[in-house]
Amino acid sequence: MKALFTLAWKSLLNRRASFLLTLFAVALSVALFLGVDKARTGAREGFGHTISGTDLIIGAPTGSVNLLLYSVFRMGNATAEVSWPTYQKLSARDDIAWTVPISLGDSHRGFRVMGTDHAYFEHYQYGRGESLRFAKGREMDDLFDAVVGADVARELGYEIGSPLVLSHGLGKADFGSGHENRPFRVVGILAPTGTPVDRTVIVSLEAITAIHVGWESGAKNPLSDSITEDMIRSFNLTPKTVTAIYAGLKRKGTILRTRREINTNKGEPLMAIIPGEALAELWSVTAMAERALLAVSIFVIAVGVVSILTSILTSLNERRREMSILRAVGARPGHIFGLLTLEAGLIGFGGAALGIVIVHVLVLIAGPIVMQRYGISLGGTGPGMTDLITLLAVTGASLLAGAIPAWAAFRRSLADGLSVKL
Amino acid sequence: MPSDTSSTDAIRVENLRFAWPGNPPVLDIKSFTLGRGEKLFLRGPSGSGKSTLLGLIAGVLSPGTGTINVLGNDMARLSAAARDRVRADHLGVIFQMFNLVPYLSVTGNVTLPLHFSPARRKAVGAHPDEEARRLLGRLGLTDPAMLDRRVSDLSVGQQQRVAAARALIGGPDIVIADEPTSALDADARDRFIELLSEEASRTGAALLFVSHDASLARLFDRAVDLAEINTAGVTA
Ligand SMILES: Nc1ncnc2c1ncn2[C@@H]1O[C@H](COP(=O)(O)OP(=O)(O)O)[C@@H](O)[C@H]1O
Ligand SMILES: [Mg+2]
Repeated sequence: MKALFTLAWKSLLNRRASFLLTLFAVALSVALFLGVDKARTGAREGFGHTISGTDLIIGAPTGSVNLLLYSVFRMGNATAEVSWPTYQKLSARDDIAWTVPISLGDSHRGFRVMGTDHAYFEHYQYGRGESLRFAKGREMDDLFDAVVGADVARELGYEIGSPLVLSHGLGKADFGSGHENRPFRVVGILAPTGTPVDRTVIVSLEAITAIHVGWESGAKNPLSDSITEDMIRSFNLTPKTVTAIYAGLKRKGTILRTRREINTNKGEPLMAIIPGEALAELWSVTAMAERALLAVSIFVIAVGVVSILTSILTSLNERRREMSILRAVGARPGHIFGLLTLEAGLIGFGGAALGIVIVHVLVLIAGPIVMQRYGISLGGTGPGMTDLITLLAVTGASLLAGAIPAWAAFRRSLADGLSVKL
Repeated sequence: MPSDTSSTDAIRVENLRFAWPGNPPVLDIKSFTLGRGEKLFLRGPSGSGKSTLLGLIAGVLSPGTGTINVLGNDMARLSAAARDRVRADHLGVIFQMFNLVPYLSVTGNVTLPLHFSPARRKAVGAHPDEEARRLLGRLGLTDPAMLDRRVSDLSVGQQQRVAAARALIGGPDIVIADEPTSALDADARDRFIELLSEEASRTGAALLFVSHDASLARLFDRAVDLAEINTAGVTA
């Protein structure tokens, strides 16, 4: 067996060019498959861990997936808001234990700005029920206090006391549309959570109102630059609307009734979603695409494996002599069969292993970028079970594919005898 | 595979008939023997069935009818796997040309049979590469630099000596050589046969040497003309 291994290996090295090309074909196909799979499970895990402990999310009527995306994942924008009096009425409901108002729509140098209040730090949970922790500093107290997520602090180099300028609207370009007369400063930096919170600047709801002083018409009022800090502080900054509300119930058992009552609210139309349910709906939307992608990448692997078969099959003619030499020195037909299946298996194993390495190197390089752009963690750094199963499956499939040329050579070695004509 | 050591013949062929599928018989041999340690020259023109006979003796082909007794094993009655075992343990084979596996080193080619025969591996001992070098030296391949060359870079004469060393390693009882000298010039040819015979004598191997060149008969103990023992095609 060891001898056959050595023979197979040396024979492959002897046909280095074709061997390496086939190996790369398999490696790339495996890398594609694992890449798709990692993105998929990364997205699911990341999304699934982003919110926990919140029973309902309430917003203006829209698609439930849409509400989930903008309220939790800071993706997309709300088309309508919930009025402040309605928010207060919801908070006062008997079946609701707590509410967290959030107000979105602004950005700071590419990071989303979120207005909220103390309840956010008390009630928002992620992962398996973990609460937010401060790496440094504390919650907002003053109107112009800001708390930043771990990535915001790291990427922008913010420390406690750093000043920051908050702009209205989204986008990186702050110049010209800035709010330089609203001098915010960092009072707290959150510990990393692996959720979109890391990429969020948190201020009070009043601060969000303050940012918009001078923008009431939707465009910048030419006078807004002349408004001073003291003038702003003297305004009534009670918010007129909030974007969404996280709510916790007193008793979990009432969740369906509470949701129905909110959804059929008389007066301002509202929509309440259960985060887990909305996530499931999101997955059912993406499942088709995921499955299609996985199917395509599995087909690509199949093509890779077939290319192993082809490369060995085409080599058989020139190796006919070699086979009869092996037979002459005592190799049984089984050895010939084993030699060729082993060669296929070695290419498959090597290709799959290389593909796994490629994927992990790519994740190492591209992982932080994907996290930054899409908030998706591409999963753990080390090789996992999926990699192992893929390695075994591809090796197995290659051995099976190798059996075809091996069988051909086996039959021929029986028919050729010792007298191969050249 | 046990071999009958009391048998006086290395090879004994009786009433052998063989035809390639869909063809008239090429071999019909009443009797043919090779004694233990004997050096026999088998002559016959091209296409007369010499290689076919060697394939039958080596157990790569299975006979239609008759007996092919190799060292007491009746090859006609053994399973294909058992014939393969007899060949691996007791036979060394040298072809006309292209004897070597291109991706193995010179010593790798010489030690190749040891992978398929525990008996011959045991006979060689713990250092097969040394044994390979010793045999190559005996056959006149002493240049150590040559051992590292790709086998396809060797001259035909050198390749044939490597093949001879491979046939002899592990002390097989029979060496069969199928026109191994037809690509060599006269000097190299005689020298090759001398060295091969010498080494076969040393190990006690019988030598069955096949060629269409009758002038070589003088270098052997005995010569047989295939046409004289093979009656196939005579009446046709
Ligand atoms: N593998 C084979 N399949 C069918 N016919 C064969 C095969 N090998 C040899 N023959 C035929 O058998 C006859 C004897 O061939 P061979 O034994 O090679 O003769 P020699 O070695 O004496 O030149 C020839 O007619 C040849 O065509
Ligand atoms: Mg021949």
